[in-house]
Amino acid sequence: MFDAAMIEVILLTLKLAGLTTLLLLILGTPLAWWLSRGRSLTRDVVSTIVSLPIVLPPTVLGFYLLIAMGPSSPLTTLVGRPLAFTFEGLVLGSVIYSMPFVVNPIRNAFEAMGPRPMEVAATLRASPWDAFVTVALPLASPGLLTGAILGFAHTVGEFGVVLMIGGSIPGRTKVLSTTIFDYVETLQWGRAHVLAGGMLILSFAVILFMTQVERRLVGGRGGR
Amino acid sequence: MNFSHPALRSGVCALALLIGTAAQADEILVAVAANFTAAAKDIGTAFTAATGHTVSYSFGSTGQLYTQITQDAPFEVFLAADQARPEKAEAEGFAVPDTRFTYATGKLLLWSADPETIDGTPDILSSPDLTHVSYANPQTAPYGAAAVETMQALGLYDALKPRLVEGKSISQAQQFVATGNAEVGFVALSQVIADDSGSSWLVPDDLYSPIRQDAVLLVKGGNNEAAKAYLAFLQGAEALSIIEGYGYGVGQ
Repeated sequence: MFDAAMIEVILLTLKLAGLTTLLLLILGTPLAWWLSRGRSLTRDVVSTIVSLPIVLPPTVLGFYLLIAMGPSSPLTTLVGRPLAFTFEGLVLGSVIYSMPFVVNPIRNAFEAMGPRPMEVAATLRASPWDAFVTVALPLASPGLLTGAILGFAHTVGEFGVVLMIGGSIPGRTKVLSTTIFDYVETLQWGRAHVLAGGMLILSFAVILFMTQVERRLVGGRGGR
Repeated sequence: MNFSHPALRSGVCALALLIGTAAQADEILVAVAANFTAAAKDIGTAFTAATGHTVSYSFGSTGQLYTQITQDAPFEVFLAADQARPEKAEAEGFAVPDTRFTYATGKLLLWSADPETIDGTPDILSSPDLTHVSYANPQTAPYGAAAVETMQALGLYDALKPRLVEGKSISQAQQFVATGNAEVGFVALSQVIADDSGSSWLVPDDLYSPIRQDAVLLVKGGNNEAAKAYLAFLQGAEALSIIEGYGYGVGQ
């Protein structure tokens, strides 16, 4: 059912989604924390930028990324080499594209927690960092889990950005969604079905799992 | 009420006339291979001016358009970038038999957006500094397949393979080069003929099989006189001079 080329595509997609999710958890958690601590115009602007990929067509993002990754762009100068058609370029695109799906659930979890647990921790003489790690993070763990799963699944399904900046290089930028497109275009529907069916099952499992997590989360706060 | 009757009757007559002319100025939907985009638009304008019929185009790679045709897309005419798909469309009952003909022969070009990169020879392809060469998906785009044949004929395919970046269609292959993300790429001469800012190498005909682009009347357009008129127009002198103007060969 799976040939070597398909396995290469699947492994590369999992690597891309895994790395993107990891980076988003590392970058997104402090960002979500900062966004959840009060309201200001700066926060609203940053929050809007983070959420843009939800409504922006991926082709718009892909188009700007393609321009931004061009040979004479500031980004290319900064990185030292062009990022278009590279795995690193796809990671960058995916981090931007999937950011709201990771940051927003974590931010919501931090906001739902309220200021009280951190205040209590402070009266017990926990340092802010200590309180963040031992109180805030465990309390927000369902949000972190939701964010990680959503970010992973969203990256696996990414199409428009990859199409614009990928170049479909086997083993480097040829991922699942564009491969399905290729199989459909070349009338290899048997193979398309294998990958598309897999995506359907994965997406179903993700949403079902999320619903369960959310129910448990709400159940745990039953007293409110 | 009675004396308004003649006015009413003339109104009905006018309406019938209007419907009559509307039925004559038909609209047709044509699926066009991406490399022929610019020429098809010019031909459409000339066709509308000559006949009053309007043309809507849907552009894509030949493979993508063919898949859509097999899935009941409403296209009435198919201008492919190869001969294989129009033949297949006929064999599988999507096209009207005996309506196929070659409307253009494509020319492959190695192109760079930078005026210094290509010196009119394929030498750049042997350069170790070259990082990306763009081409169209060889499975769905005939210009992509011609690019592979060219690289094989030059004995450079294996060396270039890790540096090849693939566009979904010849348009995307050109776009990768135009944005400078690929230093050079294999494109259709027709795409860049109006642009003399870059540099290029016109690939000699003997390095790849001829890119004969066939047109065919699809079953959906079988009863549409405008669709038949479009195909006739495509073989007329006016269309041929437009096609030649875009760098294609005409006549077999």
